[in-house]
Amino acid sequence: MDRVRLFAVARKEVLQLRRDPRSLILAFLLPVALLVFFGYAISWDVTDIRLAVVDQDGGVKARELLDGFRASGRFVVASRLERTADIGPLLDRGRALIALVIPPRFDADLGAGRTALVQAIVDGSDANTATIALGYAQGVIQQFSTRTLFQTRRLRLPIAVQTRIWYNEELASRNMIVPGLVAVIMMIIAGLLTSLTIAREWERGTMEQLAATPVTRLEVVIGKLLPYVVIGLADVALCSLLGVLVFHVPFRGNMFFLMGASFAFLVGTLGLGLLISAVARSQLLATQIGMIATFLPGFLLSGFMFPIDTMPLPLRLLTYLVPARYFLVVTRGVFLKGVGPDVLWPQGLLMIAYAVIGLGLAARAFRKELA
Amino acid sequence: MSAPAVTVEHLTRRFGTFTAVDDVSFQVPRGEIFGFLGPNGAGKTTTIKMLTGLLQPTAGRGTVAGYDLARETESVKRSIGYMSQLFSLYGDLTVAENIAFFAALYGVPRARRAERREWVLAMAGLQDHRDRLTQELSLGWKQRLALGTAVLHEPPVLFLDEPTSGVDPISRRDFWDLIGGLAARGTTVFVSTHYMEEAEYCHRLALMNRGRIIALDRPAALRAAMPAPLLELATDDSPRAVEALEDAPGVIDVGLFGRAVHVTVRDADAARAALPALLAARGIVVRGVAVVEPSLEDVFVALVHAAGGALAD
Repeated sequence: MDRVRLFAVARKEVLQLRRDPRSLILAFLLPVALLVFFGYAISWDVTDIRLAVVDQDGGVKARELLDGFRASGRFVVASRLERTADIGPLLDRGRALIALVIPPRFDADLGAGRTALVQAIVDGSDANTATIALGYAQGVIQQFSTRTLFQTRRLRLPIAVQTRIWYNEELASRNMIVPGLVAVIMMIIAGLLTSLTIAREWERGTMEQLAATPVTRLEVVIGKLLPYVVIGLADVALCSLLGVLVFHVPFRGNMFFLMGASFAFLVGTLGLGLLISAVARSQLLATQIGMIATFLPGFLLSGFMFPIDTMPLPLRLLTYLVPARYFLVVTRGVFLKGVGPDVLWPQGLLMIAYAVIGLGLAARAFRKELA
Repeated sequence: MSAPAVTVEHLTRRFGTFTAVDDVSFQVPRGEIFGFLGPNGAGKTTTIKMLTGLLQPTAGRGTVAGYDLARETESVKRSIGYMSQLFSLYGDLTVAENIAFFAALYGVPRARRAERREWVLAMAGLQDHRDRLTQELSLGWKQRLALGTAVLHEPPVLFLDEPTSGVDPISRRDFWDLIGGLAARGTTVFVSTHYMEEAEYCHRLALMNRGRIIALDRPAALRAAMPAPLLELATDDSPRAVEALEDAPGVIDVGLFGRAVHVTVRDADAARAALPALLAARGIVVRGVAVVEPSLEDVFVALVHAAGGALAD
């Protein structure tokens, strides 16, 4: 490998990048836009659950129960109904997710020490949300009955659990989504960025001129990669900064370790883009393949949306080809847990292996065409 | 006597069942302008791609600047300059950036780069346009810049694949002046073209058709080797005249040449007398008859006919 030729290729790539607005937008604007967009759009938190209430009792205790719902921060009382028959239309239209019926003898039953019944009707069409909402509702009612119990008979709870949640204390899904997004977005950007670069040389005929010079394939591949690695590292830093400043995600790990891991991840993913580019030979085709190879696997097969452990075996095997799968564990680990190489070394090694194989394949795909 | 710049023995390249270059052998001495002439698809570009290491030969071997094509590809690439059919410098780099890039790739020593850059700029007449994007230049300028970058490292052998296609005649003349200058200083120039008039600039010419070399000599010798005299007839209806002369006595070959008719005959004097009368009998007016020096195109067509073949394309 000749250093002069290597840096000549890298320098040329930088000059071309600087004059290509499309690539610049792709390199710097798109990651920020994607992070902000998805960061706000995706949320798995269930809050502001719309509650419809049919209070047939109207007593003090019934009001206390409703206050408990409001105070939990999860529910808003969306409507009060006179008759249970009105619940159906309301759920049909999605105006309420859950309807609570407090029967006439509620207050009296409680006062007499009998078990009082309340009815909850839940819109189960979105099973996930329904389960979570129901869980919260049961929690509120549980708390209410415990308190009532203690007030009437002076009892003590046999077992008390003290829970502490680690890493994501508020259980905010955003804290998990944003670091994951950094990994997914970087996979998309890195794959797309380089998918154009070799195809462009084929399309414009400059590849033939390059091939007639003493420059070697590896010099072209690595020379082209260098500027994009720098851009990718800048993007990771930029996205991390946005995550902390805009989304208030904690960053507990070491920035240098994140950069080192990013480097391995970027080399592999950029190599994947180069491979696509060398095979496709046309910019249009390369972009299309690049989109398909990065967007869907990035979101669906990286463990970002769905846990990999619960996937069927063929899909699970497929995830090993998705570089974001490894990087995602690293970003979440570094952001939330503050862990380093002592914990994340398997992911680090896998990314390095991915990088070596990716680069090798890109250089090989290239060799066939030039020979 | 020094070793030849290019030697080729039984060079063959097949693409599937199609043989693009078929058992070609020749030598090019140093400092020669060696031309490849033939229609599109004759195998000129494929031959050049094999000689520049861009394509592996299916069979046969060759050396360029003393290096073996198959075994010493890297050394071959260091010793040649190459200019492909299509303009292939970077349009989104400036003139100076393109020169700097290729100077680095070709390993021009740092100390000599500025001097070589100025030389190329002067040669291409681009001193005042060094900071312009290459894509904004006219085709003639682009062509000269491409030539300049191809000889940045002063290679002993230069390959030009149809370098002047699409360039206007004046730019083409300038271009050939530059090539003549390079050859005079010892560079071997290997050039392909389908412009017959350009072939005259070459010291020696290989006529190629359907993957084979059908003749190889100096342009003048090729013309002199035309076996029979050639008459040019100016008539008022040349297509009909060609038809009428096809089976006429003493006529070997007849064809349209622009608006005139070219007739290869056994005996020039006899034909001069007989042919106008023969045409007049058919109602075709003959305005003039002259014995002409055969052009390379005539030679080419005659040779292809003599070989019993048809033109490629």
